[in-house]
Amino acid sequence: MPGRDCAGCPAGGRLRPLGERRANFDYLVALAGNPNTGKSSIFNALTGLRQHVGNWPGKTVTRAEGGFSYGGVSFKLVDLPGTYSLLSASEDEEIARNFILFGRPDCTVVVMDATALERNLNLALQIIEITDKVVLCVNLMDEAARKGLEVDVGALARELGVPAVPTVARTKAGLAELVAIVGGVCRGEIPCRPKRPAVDGKLEEAVAQLVPMIEALAPGLPNARWVAFRLLDGDHRLRQALLAGELARLVSEQRAPAERGGRLLAIEGAQ
Amino acid sequence: MSPQEVLDHTDRLRRSLGVDFRDRMVTSLYEESRRIAARAVRRHGESRWDFDQRIDRLVTSPAWGLPLMLLLLALVFWITIVGANYPSQWIARLLFSIESAGAGLFEAIGLPWWVTGLIWHGVWRSLAWVVSVMLPPMAIFFPLFTILEDLGYLPRVAFNLDWLFHKAGAHGKQALSMAMGFGCNAAGVISTRIIDSPRERLIAILTNNFVPCNGRFPTLIMLGTLFVGAAFPPALASVAAAGSVVAVVLIGAGFTLFVSWLLARTVLRGQASAFTLELPPYRRPSVLRILYTSLIDRTAFVLFRAAVISAPAGALIWTLGNIHASGASLAQHVAQFLDPFGRALGLDGVILLAYIIAIPANEIVVPTMLMVYTGAGMMTEAGSLEQVRAILVDARGWSLLTAVCLMLFSLLHNPCGTTIATIWKETRSARWTALGALMPLALAFLVTFLVASAARWLA
Repeated sequence: MPGRDCAGCPAGGRLRPLGERRANFDYLVALAGNPNTGKSSIFNALTGLRQHVGNWPGKTVTRAEGGFSYGGVSFKLVDLPGTYSLLSASEDEEIARNFILFGRPDCTVVVMDATALERNLNLALQIIEITDKVVLCVNLMDEAARKGLEVDVGALARELGVPAVPTVARTKAGLAELVAIVGGVCRGEIPCRPKRPAVDGKLEEAVAQLVPMIEALAPGLPNARWVAFRLLDGDHRLRQALLAGELARLVSEQRAPAERGGRLLAIEGAQ
Repeated sequence: MSPQEVLDHTDRLRRSLGVDFRDRMVTSLYEESRRIAARAVRRHGESRWDFDQRIDRLVTSPAWGLPLMLLLLALVFWITIVGANYPSQWIARLLFSIESAGAGLFEAIGLPWWVTGLIWHGVWRSLAWVVSVMLPPMAIFFPLFTILEDLGYLPRVAFNLDWLFHKAGAHGKQALSMAMGFGCNAAGVISTRIIDSPRERLIAILTNNFVPCNGRFPTLIMLGTLFVGAAFPPALASVAAAGSVVAVVLIGAGFTLFVSWLLARTVLRGQASAFTLELPPYRRPSVLRILYTSLIDRTAFVLFRAAVISAPAGALIWTLGNIHASGASLAQHVAQFLDPFGRALGLDGVILLAYIIAIPANEIVVPTMLMVYTGAGMMTEAGSLEQVRAILVDARGWSLLTAVCLMLFSLLHNPCGTTIATIWKETRSARWTALGALMPLALAFLVTFLVASAARWLA
């Protein structure tokens, strides 16, 4: 079947789509990004699934899950609804944000539209505030070239402090590299040191005060710092979640380490 | 520390940060994005961009946007109607000849008459009707629709219609959920998740039914071809038929806006909210993906669903048609009972019976009707549209009024079982689900009753 083994990839044959088989996986990877940047195309190309793709923003309203394996390691991939930011409170943004915050993905891939980088950066910057393990996937490079735009992916990676990969989801160009880097980030071999914009002293102080309080209310919360930012910003949903004890519930509901089964074994197999 | 205490502390801290704290945060975020983008992107001139914008200026222009959209819609229906006619006849002829052969074989090996009847004249015939009436139009309509979707045309439609929805007090993205409704109303209801405001989302959910889904399209296309198209000279027949389907879609859009307006002024009062909608670049559709999406995801999915429901429905209708009590079959008794009510709506008892049997899936309305009309075992040769017309007009006394009322009823009546279940899942409210199911039904009764009464009064 064309595309099944990713015949066109340089790493030919190593990428294996696993469809919806998801019982055992070694790493959990989230796909985030603005609407209509080709997230679902990348999801389909990697998992071999046929998530509906269409050329309009808002196509993916639920999160789709699928799997693929690369170099003997299996990944579960979660396609999140496309959002322009994580600051408002629409349902799709909440799904995306809850997953990145509480789902504890081993790596979050931010799919970006190379033809509209500035707008896409807004979301990428918000996501690196939440999690360190981010890989930028600069998609639609072909369209950017057609529009006469030259995107320096290396500069992007340097500016944000996380790896960046140029891709064309339609032709599957760059997907093998993307998967290799995602694997490296999941294993901790490729370091991510996100450069978060400095905040002014007063704000920093306020956040520092809040973080221990939030952590006490929701032990194990992956990023109390971001929650503190959001609470200071008056995020209504997070306030309610905190009041209702929902935050703690969301944290404890996430997969217990035991469930991730066979992680060690898989790493050995992967070398 | 309790959650409330933490929040109180947060509020104190926020006040100390100053009122423009949020603005400062967002501004610095945007500035950072701009700074990084400026470093990473170099521009060489604007080749394709100009072209895209020139198309957009035409497609979304106040003067040309809407007429172009209607023209495209009409073109899609026209291609569907012209293209579906002959394949429908071939498929029908093939499947009905299999029915005769199969029934003959069963009789030859001496199986009881009711086994032959139930399997061949019940289940098989109902499947044959579903496949021959539905498959060809869907296999043409869906690829065309998917091409428009892949090109990036749908957001432009939303852009063009935004002012109308705004006036109705609804959300401009409702046009997108309506577009999804063309495929399937249940999918349309789910796609309303792109609407942020709960009030406007409810409006979009409750009115999605007024977009005829593909389960109802074959009914509309068949009626448009048989009754409206046939009233015109042959050269114009397909254009007139396509025009009548477009008219029905427009009436549906009119009802969507009207009901949205009504809801926005009664139970769902509020202001229309502002939103941004990205107009994506035009992209060349990928042929394989279009074929897959339109034929497997959409056509095969819908056809399979229809077939699964039509098989037991066929068995049920055959049974109702073959159990006789006091000189008539059960189907005839029920149809007779419903008849006065049906007549008042410009329809008849059989049509209403078909709609009751077809509550799980609208796809099987026409097949069910034809099954009841053709009765037990006769007319197995009713393959072509001409023969269908003969059954409806000559034997059953259908008029143009019947066709018009049926088209209206089909457009407006209650959503199918799947859509009702989806409304429940999305709203989690018995009240909204009931309104979503009963309001369209009441409207369908009202409108067809008014149309039928007016037509009779004029005649």
